Amino acid sequence: MAIWLNKDSKVIVQGMTGATGMKHTKLMLGDGTNVVGGVNPRKAGQTVDFDGTEVPVFGTVKEAIEKTGANVSVIFVPEKFTKDAVVEAIDAEIPLAVVITEGIAVHDSAAFWAYAGKKGNKTRIIGPNCPGIITPGQSNVGIIPGDITKPGRIGLVSKSGTLTYQMMYELRDIGFSTAVGIGGDPIIGTTHIDALAAFQEDPETELIVMIGEIGGDAEERAAAFIKENVTKPVVGYVAGFTAPEGKTMGHAGAIVSGSSGTAQAKKEALEAAGVKVGKTPTETAKLAREILGA
Amino acid sequence: MDLFEYQARDLFAKHDVPVLAGEVIDTPEAAREITERLGGKSVVKAQVKVGGRGKAGGVKLAATPDEAVARATDILGMDIKGHTVHKVMIAETAPEIVEEYYVSFLLDRANRTFLSIASVEGGMEIEEVAATRPEAVAKTPIDAIDGVTPEKAREIVAAAKFPAEVADKVADVLVKLWDTFIKEDALLVEVNPLAKVASGDVIALDGKVSLDDNAEFRHPDFEALHDKAAANPLEAAAKEKNLNYVKLDGEVGIIGNGAGLVMSTLDVVAYAGENHGGVKPANFLDIGGGASAQVMANGLEIILGDPDVKSVFVNVFGGITACDEVANGIVQALKLLEDRGEKVEKPLVVRLDGNNAELGRKILTDANHPLVQRVDTMDGAAAKAAELAAAK
Repeated sequence: MAIWLNKDSKVIVQGMTGATGMKHTKLMLGDGTNVVGGVNPRKAGQTVDFDGTEVPVFGTVKEAIEKTGANVSVIFVPEKFTKDAVVEAIDAEIPLAVVITEGIAVHDSAAFWAYAGKKGNKTRIIGPNCPGIITPGQSNVGIIPGDITKPGRIGLVSKSGTLTYQMMYELRDIGFSTAVGIGGDPIIGTTHIDALAAFQEDPETELIVMIGEIGGDAEERAAAFIKENVTKPVVGYVAGFTAPEGKTMGHAGAIVSGSSGTAQAKKEALEAAGVKVGKTPTETAKLAREILGA
Repeated sequence: MDLFEYQARDLFAKHDVPVLAGEVIDTPEAAREITERLGGKSVVKAQVKVGGRGKAGGVKLAATPDEAVARATDILGMDIKGHTVHKVMIAETAPEIVEEYYVSFLLDRANRTFLSIASVEGGMEIEEVAATRPEAVAKTPIDAIDGVTPEKAREIVAAAKFPAEVADKVADVLVKLWDTFIKEDALLVEVNPLAKVASGDVIALDGKVSLDDNAEFRHPDFEALHDKAAANPLEAAAKEKNLNYVKLDGEVGIIGNGAGLVMSTLDVVAYAGENHGGVKPANFLDIGGGASAQVMANGLEIILGDPDVKSVFVNVFGGITACDEVANGIVQALKLLEDRGEKVEKPLVVRLDGNNAELGRKILTDANHPLVQRVDTMDGAAAKAAELAAAK
């Protein structure tokens, strides 16, 4: 089962022939991901060799879907061209588009999000500025290291890439159904709530770990959702208690504005919804272990 | 990036939002010639990125050019809520104000779109109006693709109940303000007050603009808007090396990879500090994904150059970043500084996990530097770094 990504997922890479795209396509193939093509209008018709695996390059996402039956696209194109790449993926109605690129202008994210809505939300967008999604043992789309952990019963949703890796590492012996990094930008496609809802429905997921950070009110809204809709145990972690007001902490969306977006408010909202919140990543992992009896 | 009022004024003028004439200066004497050109009188306005400057005495009328120089002398160098005034704007005096309104466009994160806020009760903080008289504040969602057409502008005007005699003029300002918002890649454009003057015209008398740093790639002019005078020297040095660094007020220097992990590291160090004399993190520094030894060395150089730092915690979980690169960066940075004749005396605690962690740990063990110690868990390493900082 898992969520959104499994062994049958057929993956294309927009921006495969760039340096970052090449590096991570190779890693994704190494993790067993079924990468069926790349997209680059200037290199259409060529193939790229990845340690003996020949991957064809198509001119458009639409053509790639027609020729390969692809149902996932991962986007590594530079930030200047990302909006157009996402719009192309939406136009081709690919079910899942994972946007890894960081440093995207908010007006571009707002535009492609609005566009997805106008086209009937046929494409689930994960990101931008995210590490991607991994269903261990089945498929890995993005830049999450594939060798940290194994298939298991924990579902993970996180705003942060490295905290995703850290948490997968802390709980590597138990394993994960799916881990999804949704990114820390002010406007993102898939939210904590989307992932919580999917994990709630996924029979393989027994416990959900949710990682948030300062900025916005996504964690507060997720807490309200959990209270009403999630019966599985949820363990939470929030980063940024010591972040000063008005300073952007790395992620474009990680900023405390006045009294809003603080880690304390998020922690309190989650706890009020029955979520156990750890003080450190290690303590959070310990809480998950206690609940699972593992 | 938040702009000064004069920079906001210039952007408004560029997009035909009606504003008053004004020029920015940093020496009092320059106020004379500008005031003469403005007809002999002016308003001297402190340029600080904080609200409430009027109440703090940062805005003064000058009835003569001499008086403008005197007021500029008073205001330049003034401290307003912790912000030193380095610049003043010498502005045209406003015609008689009849009414004050409020209009803005901003990012609405929760709804993943943009929002218009408008009120006929301008002149004070909009948060205050929203808290005391919510019915006086009209919020209208704006579709990111459709934008603010003349029809949408009229919808906003109607929702905020602007008087009929200014409706067309306010709608026109809204369309131009939206133009500013979109073309300048702004996260916020706010006009407060938007004043109706005796002639019946509406004029943007004061404004706030915040621009999206991520859009700098298509705005070469953003570079000139950065407030270099206010930047912390360490932050400026880090920016020059493309490092994501924020100076904080503690004693434990922090280097990590990934914004989330670094934020988490700051928190873990602050908790550990509670048991070690209350030491706190001295900075945020994210060396990013796939950082090379050189990037690590650049980061370490900045941290070791901070006189507040008593100990350093390098916390890396190797995803894309390879831990052997990080270890090499640490060894190289220390050698670089020592070769330069700089005496490194601050202890480093290093925690490496993930991609090539074993290799990285071995490099550190082999280098056997007297100031570097390995602790292999995040919480344990944070406690050690706090303990070392407290002992100094």
